[in-house]
Amino acid sequence: MILGTVFGVLFWVATLVLVLGIANKVRIYWKTPAPLKIPTMPAPVTQRGVVWRMFKEVVFFQSLFRASKPTWLFAFVFHMSLWLVLFRHVRYFQDPVSSIVLFMQPFGKYAGFAMILGLAGLLIRRIVVDRVRYISAPSDFLMLVLLIGIGATGLMTKFVVHTDVLQVKEFFRGLMLFNWQPLPSDPILLIHLASVAFLMLIFPISKLLHAPGIFFSPSRNQVDNPREQRHLAPWAADLEAQGKIYPDDK
Amino acid sequence: MADYEIPKVTGETGKLAVPAVEHDTMKGTGPWISKPHFQKEMHFPTDFEQIGGTTKYTLVDNWKERALDKLDDLRTRYRSLQVYLDICVKCGACTDKCHYFIGTADAKNMPVARQDLLRKVYRRYFTFAGKYFPKLVGAVDLTEDVVDDWYNYYHQCSQCRRCSVFCPYGIDTAEISMAAREILDHIGRGQKYCTEIMGKVHKIGNNLGLPQAALADTLEGLEEDVEWETGAKVKFPLDKKGADILLITPSADFFAEPHVDGLMGYAKVFHQAGLDWTLSSYASEGANFGMFIGSYENMRRIALRIRKAAQDLGVKRIVFGECGHAWRVAYSFLNTLAGPFDFLDPKYPVPQHVLEITWPLLQAGKLNIDKTRNDDKTLTFHDSCNIARGTRMGDKPGGQFDIPRNVIKAVCNNYVDMNQDTTHDATFCCGGGGGILTDDLMEIRVKGAAPRMEALKNVTENQGVTHMAAICAICKSQFTKVIPYYGFTMDQIVSVHQLVSNALILEGQLEYEKIERDEDDFY
Ligand code: HEM
Ligand code: HEM
Ligand code: SF4
Ligand code: SF4
Repeated sequence: MILGTVFGVLFWVATLVLVLGIANKVRIYWKTPAPLKIPTMPAPVTQRGVVWRMFKEVVFFQSLFRASKPTWLFAFVFHMSLWLVLFRHVRYFQDPVSSIVLFMQPFGKYAGFAMILGLAGLLIRRIVVDRVRYISAPSDFLMLVLLIGIGATGLMTKFVVHTDVLQVKEFFRGLMLFNWQPLPSDPILLIHLASVAFLMLIFPISKLLHAPGIFFSPSRNQVDNPREQRHLAPWAADLEAQGKIYPDDK
Repeated sequence: MADYEIPKVTGETGKLAVPAVEHDTMKGTGPWISKPHFQKEMHFPTDFEQIGGTTKYTLVDNWKERALDKLDDLRTRYRSLQVYLDICVKCGACTDKCHYFIGTADAKNMPVARQDLLRKVYRRYFTFAGKYFPKLVGAVDLTEDVVDDWYNYYHQCSQCRRCSVFCPYGIDTAEISMAAREILDHIGRGQKYCTEIMGKVHKIGNNLGLPQAALADTLEGLEEDVEWETGAKVKFPLDKKGADILLITPSADFFAEPHVDGLMGYAKVFHQAGLDWTLSSYASEGANFGMFIGSYENMRRIALRIRKAAQDLGVKRIVFGECGHAWRVAYSFLNTLAGPFDFLDPKYPVPQHVLEITWPLLQAGKLNIDKTRNDDKTLTFHDSCNIARGTRMGDKPGGQFDIPRNVIKAVCNNYVDMNQDTTHDATFCCGGGGGILTDDLMEIRVKGAAPRMEALKNVTENQGVTHMAAICAICKSQFTKVIPYYGFTMDQIVSVHQLVSNALILEGQLEYEKIERDEDDFY
């Protein structure tokens, strides 16, 4: 039961950090003004056009595709597999499991392998390509290693050293409903879970902020309409209202 | 010709290979530093001084604290800065996209590495990971060495935004380098070239410091030139009250080659179309270097001159001449900075580009064009970075690519595009944009031009291209200066409206030429 408590607390804290951390960052991005229109042109001239542009970026990584085909391939395989894997994991938290999640189970099962392949490609690129190596900090390598670790332990649990998945589910359902349950003590599973908790903890303080951040990128989310509309930031409007050019004008 | 190696261009593919990373090939002291006297005019701190007998300067008192304060201030005022500093995943997609990296191989000229010069400091002082695990996430303390790198490498960025096109999140290094320059300006590291020029605009009205009388003289000279050439009395009005159109154009158009041929082109088009226009001696400058140094206040101060000129002269429309960053500030920022322009005629967008006037006139057949007059040339077109990636022309996205090409094709028989990886929104900067167009930065200018030179060489060798047209004063000045390093000649660079001017037959012009021919026959 000690194990269950440790992991229970860990996941509670990790979830809070993840949710509040991201919420805080999103709040900051939201309230920070974008004083001048800077979409990378050609840009859509309507809000609907912007939604479509963003969709192509988020789902297909359009700009990355133009930039580098190998990076795009690895990145695309990794991210899409990640979504499948995560989707498959919904079964640990949902009861009864919805039919769409059930339907996706077989696809998600093998997505784990694709995810690791994609990550391995990204890691090799980071080591082999001199330019990418130059711009990498230790954390950039470790992030990939961490994700590969999560994927590998997950796959081992699935295909090598099985664990009692029903008990895992009981445990997590319990966490959600404040009804503490024991957790299987298989080491590989515990490594999997501890790594996931760590990933959640560092999410809001690392480059993983790219996931919420992309939606706030002014060069991608702005409508091309500066001739039609003024876009005064509050601090710029203040200056204007006071009849000042410089804040230190008398 | 120079004490550094000029990058090799073969013209084989039109695209240079990506170099292997080298270190510190372009390390240096950066451009000349602005004196306190010039900083004062821009409302930047002045408590720094020249170190006796050297060209070096001290930083301001408490520079470190003040630099960090400024960074903190900017990240709460610019969403771009805050988001871009946070979300880069170091994917490397941008690393081979910068003309300065391709031309110099210096690692710190890779866009993400350039951003990192600031990001590493941001992380160290403003993020959890950087505060407690600096080594792990590559965060560094702010030291004078870091400031030197900022000053040097943020003046090897022309803010062309090519990197932003290819970044999966659109991270725009130009935004970072503008913010960095704004921080530098607040600790005694302003760039002489930019601040000096802005001082002239603030004081006299244009980058050149050309006063009203000299400008009037120049314009009179141009009227005589056009009349001499064509026999038509084309006016170049200055400060004409009640004119319909206020033309704002970069001051290089008044005297530099090939810029001035472009100005003659606009004048002829206006003349032929019967448009009532004027220049302003108060706002005799399209350029706005406030953007280059990331200073909203200084950019706005310059932009407001245009508003005042338009009001004082009582015009109905504002039209901009051929200039890249000027058109970006005009198209994307003018309305925000100096609007609302409700006193102008609402039938027209504010502002308009001169090509948005010429192209419809050509389409409507209102200009009498003899294309054969450009038959001695085969043209290609250099998309200016600021126009391509920072603005639009016409009412459809991409008009900034089509309209200039359409105009060229309407007045020339021979036109060829360069390698498509170097045109449209993937265009390479000329190498002189963003406040780099100064003699103290010649080396980076020459090297940064290499990707464009390769593309140009490819079409000159294989497709008989003789001339490259541009629609930016900086591009034109930069190219005429650097292309000789690559074996081309200055006169291969032309203005788009110069081509229009060549082919446009003004009313009365035919007659004059006939007279000339008759005279020839007579003798
Ligand atoms: C809106 C959702 C997301 C979008 C649009 C997105 C997009 C991208 C893109 C375009 C890249 C650059 C290419 C690459 O290097 O792989 C990237 C990198 C990365 N993403 Fe995401 N991502 C999203 C969510 C996530 C999530 C939820 C995670 C983690 C659990 C994640 C982890 C990573 C990592 C670690 C990298 C860096 C890969 C490397 O080191 O090369 N992403 N992402
Ligand atoms: C609270 C969160 C998580 C829990 C409770 C959890 C639990 C599990 C369990 C019990 C398995 C074994 C499945 C089986 O034996 O059938 C597994 C597999 C796996 N996990 Fe997780 N995991 C979590 C989060 C993650 C995350 C965030 C990732 C990816 C970044 C991940 C990646 C994988 C992979 C790739 C597999 C193997 C393939 C599969 O069964 O889908 N897990 N996980
Ligand atoms: S904005 Fe242009 S010059 Fe600056 S880093 Fe990006 S590509 Fe290079
Ligand atoms: S492309 Fe964008 S995310 Fe990738 S390294 Fe460059 S700036 Fe960072």
